[in-house]
This record gives sequence, C-alpha cells and structure tokens, in this order.
Amino acid sequence: MSNKGTILSIEGLKTYFHTEDGVVKAVDGITFELKKGETLGIVGESGSGKSVANLSIMRLIQEPPGEIVDGKIVFDGIDVRGLSIAEVRKIRGRRIAMIFQDPMTSLNPFLKISTQLTEVTRLHLGHTKQQARDHAIKMLKLVGISDAEQRIDSYPHEFSGGMRQRVMIAMALSCDPELLIADEPTTALDVTIQAQILELIKDLRTRMGTSVILITHDLGVVAGMTDKIIVMYAGKVFEQAPTRELFATPANPYTKGLLKSVPDPAHEQGTELYQIPGLPPDVAHLPPGCPFAERCERAEDICRKDFPPFVEVSSGHHSLCHFAREVYAESSKGLPKEEQ
Amino acid sequence: MAENVEIIKRASLWRDAWKRLLRNKLAVFGMVVLAVMVVAVIIGPAIIRWTTGFTADYVPSQIEQGDLVRSFSPSLQHPMGTDDAGRDILARVLQGGRISLMVGIISTLVSLIVGVSWGAIAGYLGGRIDNLMMRIVDIIYAIPYILIVIVLLSVFGGPNTPAIIIWLSEKFGGAGNQGLSQIFLLFFALGLVSWLTMARVVRGQILSLKNQEFVLAAKATGVSSFGIIFRHLVPNALGPVIVYATLTVPSVMLTEAFLSFLGLGVQAPYASWGSLAADGIKNIQIFPWQLIFPGVTMALTLFSLNFLGDGLRDALDPQTRKF
Repeated sequence: MSNKGTILSIEGLKTYFHTEDGVVKAVDGITFELKKGETLGIVGESGSGKSVANLSIMRLIQEPPGEIVDGKIVFDGIDVRGLSIAEVRKIRGRRIAMIFQDPMTSLNPFLKISTQLTEVTRLHLGHTKQQARDHAIKMLKLVGISDAEQRIDSYPHEFSGGMRQRVMIAMALSCDPELLIADEPTTALDVTIQAQILELIKDLRTRMGTSVILITHDLGVVAGMTDKIIVMYAGKVFEQAPTRELFATPANPYTKGLLKSVPDPAHEQGTELYQIPGLPPDVAHLPPGCPFAERCERAEDICRKDFPPFVEVSSGHHSLCHFAREVYAESSKGLPKEEQ
Repeated sequence: MAENVEIIKRASLWRDAWKRLLRNKLAVFGMVVLAVMVVAVIIGPAIIRWTTGFTADYVPSQIEQGDLVRSFSPSLQHPMGTDDAGRDILARVLQGGRISLMVGIISTLVSLIVGVSWGAIAGYLGGRIDNLMMRIVDIIYAIPYILIVIVLLSVFGGPNTPAIIIWLSEKFGGAGNQGLSQIFLLFFALGLVSWLTMARVVRGQILSLKNQEFVLAAKATGVSSFGIIFRHLVPNALGPVIVYATLTVPSVMLTEAFLSFLGLGVQAPYASWGSLAADGIKNIQIFPWQLIFPGVTMALTLFSLNFLGDGLRDALDPQTRKF
C-alpha cells in the first residue's frame, strides 16, 4: 500500500516429494511477489500446494521425502534457500511468523500458555523471564483476551478454539514480524469466530504494518481481506490478479468454476449447488497437457496435448490457459449484468 | 460472572491423575508402605542405635552363655533377631534397605536419562540415525543383561574400577572405600542395561507426537531441534515414562538382590537385602529369621512399587481411563 519495497519474491519455486508412488510435484514452478504492507491471498482446493508453497518459504518442508528442487525464495533481499538451518531459525518466528490451520492442535497441550508465548520472545528478542511475561500479557490483551494476567497461566485445554487461535496470533505477532503467513487460520472455527479472527488479523495488519499471506480455500475470506489473489491448482499458479479484478473478470475456467461454486444467499431453494465436476488430479502422475483439462467445460484437444501458456490478459493479471483471452473477454462482457 | 471464574478450581492434568491414583486402593497401599519404608530406612538406624545401642555393624563382644550361639530369635530387644555374629538384624535390614533403595532409584535415574535422551533423539531425527540407534538397542537387547552386568562388574570391579567411579565414591564416602565404589559401579551397570526398554517406549511416543501440528508451530517460531525435543516433546511423553520408571525401580532392585545373592553385587561391610538374604539362607533350617525378615521386607517393598506403578499407569495413561 504505502510502502513500495518488495518483502518477498518467489520465482519458479518447485517443491517435490519423493514417494514410493513416484515424484509428487506438490509445488511446480510458482512465481509471485509480495510488496511491503500488502496482503496476498492464495486460494485453491485441498492438495493444490498452497500450504507446501508457504512451508517452503520458511524451509519447513521435511527432507526427505520433501525437497525444494528449484526456484528462488528471496525474503527482504535474503536468499532463503542459501541459508543454513541455524540462520533460517533466526528468521522463523522473528521476521516471518506463521499461524496454523487448527488451533486445537497447534498449541502444545502440556505447556502453559505463558511458557509457549514467552518462548518466542526469549529466543528471539533476548527477553528476561519477567520482560517476556509482561510482553506476553500485552500481546494477549492486544488480541482481545480479557483477564490476560490470569489467563496466561492456563493450559491450552482451558481455552476455546477461537481463544486458542487468538493465542496463536499473539504468539506469531509477538516479535513484530515483517511477514505473517496465515495458513487457513479460520478453517477450524465457526463462522462468527471466523469473522472475529479475520477482523483481528485485518486490524493488526494495519496497526503493525505487517505483510500478510492468507491461505484459504474460502473465496469469501479472501475477498474482503486481500490486495492480490493467486489461484493454485495442482501445484501451479492458475491465475494471479488484483482481488477486485479476479472477482469481476476471471480469466481462467477454473477460477470461474470456483467463483460459481460459492453459495449465493439468494440461491433458489431446491436447485442444486454448482460444483466443478471430477476430482483434483494425482500430482504424481500428471498428464502432459493442462492439469485441469479433464474437468474443464471448455477443454479442447490442444488442452490435453500441450501445457498451457501463462498469459497476461491485462496488467498484473495472468492466467494459465490456452483460452485465457477468450475467457477474460467473456467475463468482461458479462460484467455489467452482475456488477460485482 | 468474573467471581464464578475465580471459584472454579483449575483441573490440571496432574491433579486429575492424582485423583485417579487416590481412588486406586492398592496404589495407595503401595504409596503408604513405600513412604513408611523410606522414612524407616532414613531414620531407623539412628533410632535403634539410640534405644538399644546396636548399629548394623556392631558385634557384641560379650554374650551370655558363652560364644556358642550368637544368633537369637526375635525378641523385644531385637525385633528381627540377630545374625551369626550377634548383630541386630533389624538394624542391618534398615541399613541394607538404604543400599537397595538407592540402587533402585539411582539406577533408574541413570536409565531414565540415557533412555529418554536416546529414544527421543532417535524418534525425532528419524531416518538413518533412528535406524542405527535402534539397531544398537536391539543388539544390546539380544545379549542377556545379567551377563552384561556380571561382565561389567567383574571387569571393572576391584583394581580396574574406572577413575570416575572412584572419584564419585570418594566424593560421597571418603577415600579408599572399595565397597562403596563397588556399589557405584552397580548403579551404572544396572542403569546401563535397563535403559533399553525406556528408549523404545520414549521413541514410540515421540514418533506419534512429532508429526503433530504444535511441533510444526514450534519449528515455525524458530525453536531449535534440541528445544523441540526436550521442551515440547519429552513433557508430552512424560506419562508413560513415569509409569515405566516406577516399574523399573523394582526390577532393578530385584536384579541387584539377585547379584548380591550370588556374591557379585554389594559386598561387605555394606549389605543390601540381597546379600542379607544370601547370608541368611545358609542357616535357614536353624535360624530362619535370618532369611525371613530381609526377604519379607524386600518382597513388601517390591509389591508396593509394582502396585504403585500399575496405579500410575491407570492414572496417567488416557487410553486405559475408565469413565
């Protein structure tokens, strides 16, 4: 937004898993860039490689079987792939923080909240026990936990799901990181709590000026939160566009399908909800052509034979499709009718 | 509302387990017996010395009826009778209890430290290192442990005692104390053979824990492998470890008694329940109290430890919880 500098740039990142069933190309050549203060949404079905891409950024891929085969990960001018594990550890939690999907399992059930919250700051900021505790209480208040002074000595099981996710956010933000990766932060929560947590992340983002990568499979979540969206499918970026443009004029049949699958409150009762036919492909055995061809409504012979090009349909808006321009033109035409 | 929150007592995991343990009558019995035993072993010898003047090593020089028979049956003055030399058996049993319990506890601690670290590191690192570490465990497993202990005791006993053990025993018992360094050697020998199962138990726990999300979350905050293993994973595996440790204590004590019975373990002037039983068995037909009292005391202690271990397993292991 205000800052122009690039905080993170990923170029041609490939993360493969060597399994007995062959090489699983979980992330296969993705490229994107994140500016300071910006929020990026990564959307995709289960198994599309969203989480693996972000674990790769923090070098959290288990090796073996995983391996970052190729690509560049540059965080604030640092080549993350070239760092030693000890150096990566200094970035983890300090400069890049992560919030996980399931708050029920991402806190250690045996340790008090205080222990887990103070561990980060003592590790990275060199706080003393008392400093770390004060800081932790401050962070808990910041994420909206009342009675922070008493609650800090609780165990995770004494907290509800929403509160635990707040604790996770407090933990992630306690070192004031430059980049926050939120991996489906609201998937395990119910809708009201989901709204609260998203509101909290939004609020903290503006207050602390953190860049955010928000991973989700819920288009509704990214719509209100992000500046830019990446749609991933079978380890590849299928479409990349500014949020508003992606919703208004999708240039990829897959994105169109996703947008159509979002339940509409005005949906007529009794009629079936739309869904993209078929299942995501097995990424260990991908066909030579477009990985989406089998499920695509407008697939032609060329789609099954040749891998599609990454077309720039308008500035900052790319789509991986043989017919990107046609799809883009179609959705632009339909625009006045729907008026997003 | 806020006042209500204050009233609710924190039900921590340990408090829960403690409640369940108290509901188990046998475990409570075991705890009480053990507590009494520990107190008796610590202050007992001093009390006997104060009331009757006997210590474990005190040999009365003048005994009525000449020196023909020095072993008397239990009486008020000697509740457990006296042995061949006329020493008070109660005092000797209590003194021997110190050694026996110490062997049990210290060897278990050795096995705990070695086993937990070994198992946790193998389980967490996985892959080839895990394979190598666990194959070493398998190999040591395959050798009869009594054999290892006997070899260790006879190779490193006597003049070949490693410097560190001599240093330790001098530190605790004064210089030139052959008997004490033998006991220290016993601690290590027993500890070194009893960590194997502990390592396996811990490795299994760590394997099931290390793929949990909180480990990934800890990694994502920059915690080192060491921190993850010992701060995040080991506390989660503590339940089974405690249970297994309490069951290791009696088995180590039994092994010690067995070795001492054979004359390999604790040696004079020190005594343990095993060596007391060994002394007593010679006269079992004439002076049965020389065997019965050390034997019963040891059996009672081992029973109690096993009861407590079983109780702890029921209390700490969520899988066996009954609702």
